[in-house]
Amino acid sequence: MPLGLLKYGRGSDYPFERQPDLPGPRELKKHYDVVIIGGGGHGVATAYYLAKYHGITNVAVLEKAYLGGGNTARNTAVIRSNYLTPEGVRFYSASVKLYENLANEFDFNIMYSQRGQLTLAHTDATVRAFRQRAEVNKHFGGRTEMIDRQSIAELVPCLNLDPAQLPVLAGLWHQDGATARHDAVAWGYARGATQRGVELHQLTEVTGIESAAGQVTGVVTNRGKIACGTVIQAVAGHSAVMSQKAGFPLPIVAYPLQAMVTLPVKPFLNPLVSSSALHCYVQQTSRGEIVIGGGSDPYPLYNSRASLPLKESLIASAVDMFPFLSEMRLLRQWAGITDMTADYSPIMGLSPLKNYYLDAGWGTWGFKATPICGKTMAELVASGGEVPTLIQPFTLERFDHFQQVNEMGATAASH
Amino acid sequence: MKIMQCPLNGPRNISEFVYGGQVEPMPDPQQCSDKDWASYVFYDNNAIGIVREWWQHAPSSYWFIAERHNASDDILRTYDPGELFSERVDFTTGENEP
Repeated sequence: MPLGLLKYGRGSDYPFERQPDLPGPRELKKHYDVVIIGGGGHGVATAYYLAKYHGITNVAVLEKAYLGGGNTARNTAVIRSNYLTPEGVRFYSASVKLYENLANEFDFNIMYSQRGQLTLAHTDATVRAFRQRAEVNKHFGGRTEMIDRQSIAELVPCLNLDPAQLPVLAGLWHQDGATARHDAVAWGYARGATQRGVELHQLTEVTGIESAAGQVTGVVTNRGKIACGTVIQAVAGHSAVMSQKAGFPLPIVAYPLQAMVTLPVKPFLNPLVSSSALHCYVQQTSRGEIVIGGGSDPYPLYNSRASLPLKESLIASAVDMFPFLSEMRLLRQWAGITDMTADYSPIMGLSPLKNYYLDAGWGTWGFKATPICGKTMAELVASGGEVPTLIQPFTLERFDHFQQVNEMGATAASH
Repeated sequence: MKIMQCPLNGPRNISEFVYGGQVEPMPDPQQCSDKDWASYVFYDNNAIGIVREWWQHAPSSYWFIAERHNASDDILRTYDPGELFSERVDFTTGENEP
């Protein structure tokens, strides 16, 4: 054994200089070129791409609690692009591509694991919808195909193919489907952004937004006022509450979405499995825990409490799919507040205020869009309000013109 | 278990009820602009506070109105829609007219 190692083992100091991932807290400046409200994945990703590609570093990310502690921490970390509309598929595919290389880009392990996502069809109508999704996906370069019962049994041998009188007819197999560690995604972006000069201010809550002549002039926080050039709101769960501070409403209804996780066990489930009829999806994390998620709560609420009825219904569906899960112990149950839009697509881009940009309406589909959302929002800011083509369909104005991007079928209960 | 007070059936488990959207005055679909109609269809009162909502007791198909706090989930009052609506709200889409 080398003598150095022995010496290190006996000493109390770490022998290498180690930079902390994030700088410590500091005073707020009087003015920033860009203020991003919300220090979740989307907020820090936008800051990261602003600094990296556009050289805009006089940026403050204001977070009322701690980095990535809101819906970034509460989602179930499904990454996929097998949506229904061309607009949606194009957008989410771009996100999947960015995710694939993110750990390399950060030099920070985000535990990205591309294991494929399997959605089960239990009715003829769903089979037809899956055919359409498979074709749209293939057209835009995604790896999505229809598979039959036998292939499903080979792919997931432990799956019950005849749950609750709803036999599985076919599956939508999305090879690009993946999962990643959500905290690591937020920390990777935050580290990259702060290394380039962006300031992340945690425990800094925006309490008001000041505007004059249709333009934002500054934000009021619990730590004082800041003047700013451009503001982006990225506050999933409270988008409509924040926009009201800026003086305009958003077509969003907030519903809680509950999920739960079991104690860790040995790996047995490789793909992410979701059922369209049971409103349930099941996946095993890299740590061995089984994550169980499903549909939203039955009525709107700004509250992240967990409830017994949802626990019962989620477990019932999960046990239908994987009967042996009834032997497992539940570790925790939680909820996040999801900003649901009428068409299950986000609201991105311009707002009624000239220099106030929206990154909102992320319902149950926000985590998978983190990289592309940050990249396109950064482009929007850097160009001074020119909306990138990829996010033009998601404009707030689409509701006034009844031009929704309907992703309900491809979103509900498969996240 | 959360209990809701049904004006017709008394206190029942919340799982027997179906949420039916907020109570909002409907603009005249023939006269109003697209923007007004979009506002009626897509924009709810989503500030944190007390909201007035339609609920149905599903087993008895009875619709009523509830006043509920949308953060604490406290149900403050439930009552028959007759308190707010004295006559039937009808509208035509215009498609069936000559």
